[in-house]
Amino acid sequence: MFAPGAAVRVKGDWPEARGPVHIRTPHYLRGRRGTVVRLLGAFPNPEDLAFARPAEARALYHVAFGLGDLWDDAGGSDELMVELYEHWLEAA
Amino acid sequence: MGGVPKFMCEAVDIEPHALTDFDREVDAMRQILSAKGLMSVDELRRGIEAIPEDQYHRLSYYRKWIRSIADNLMARGVITEAELLAALEEA
Amino acid sequence: MNILETESERLLDAVRGLLARKGLVSPAEIAERIAITDAASPGQGARMVAKAWTDPAFKALMLEDGGKAAEALDIPMRGTPPLGVLENTPEVHNLVVCTLCSCYPRAVLGYPPFWYKSAAYRSRAVRDPRGLLAEWKTVLSPDVRVRVVDSTADYRWMVLPMRPAGTGGWSEERLAGIVREGDMVGVTVPNR
Repeated sequence: MFAPGAAVRVKGDWPEARGPVHIRTPHYLRGRRGTVVRLLGAFPNPEDLAFARPAEARALYHVAFGLGDLWDDAGGSDELMVELYEHWLEAA
Repeated sequence: MGGVPKFMCEAVDIEPHALTDFDREVDAMRQILSAKGLMSVDELRRGIEAIPEDQYHRLSYYRKWIRSIADNLMARGVITEAELLAALEEA
Repeated sequence: MNILETESERLLDAVRGLLARKGLVSPAEIAERIAITDAASPGQGARMVAKAWTDPAFKALMLEDGGKAAEALDIPMRGTPPLGVLENTPEVHNLVVCTLCSCYPRAVLGYPPFWYKSAAYRSRAVRDPRGLLAEWKTVLSPDVRVRVVDSTADYRWMVLPMRPAGTGGWSEERLAGIVREGDMVGVTVPNR
């Protein structure tokens, strides 16, 4: 579990390269550092739902990123907030 | 689609576009199939992502949906390809 | 040819016919569902915004649990995803996008608009939000932080815009009348 304010990194994993998958973690966030805003709840894992398989509930967090940390051509204090499942996050 | 360079300089068409009867019907069918446990929204998305890129950008929003719906109903065995072929010939 | 490449209207006719024949989905159910979906519109969200502007307790409920707030105004939420509400303040302006598909708070705003589903909107929002907002002639002060919310999973998000100056004493109904679809996605701000 991650507490609000925890520094996290989105896993730099590309399951797309290993076969047919459905992933709700956007490409542009893989490997990026962010900060947990809050826990949103637990929801069935969409990676299984997408293939009509039994799906375990997974913790879902709102995570914030500095826009300037994501793109060379963006900056300032603008930010991004995204829903990410716990199994895509690691402590940073 | 986030930050994809080929679309970064593309203008956004902010004008309203009315939905067609086809669009509304596909939308409604998707909702009913989800409510009845015959296809989740995640399965719909998987089916849309499975559309080859050249066709993905050519097909309208709801044309992608009906294609994914047919794909998923066959994957689940709700309908078979033979049944769909026969129904297409009748139509 | 791949059967899925069949022309879309024919594919719909065939699928609809098969589902009806198997007793899974009837044409009457489809017609009923279309009617229900057509009834949801940005007017629902606008009623919530106007109430939040005039009733602090309702605003607190709306920020805590958007779904409960919607139900308190008799907006049907059963079977819909959780609704989160993002408050615009003098410091922060929220902008909602779904880069992966087109997740949208349909229960309170109706069908997503065409632009929301476009590749240009979905690509640009998370990388150059201020450039994107210029398409709507929306210009924010550099002092305001733009917070882009990429709607990737189980929540749906709507924006609670700031109440425009000069609307003191207005009724909820009159306030609701100035709240547009784009204000609740964050591409525009309400004007009196």
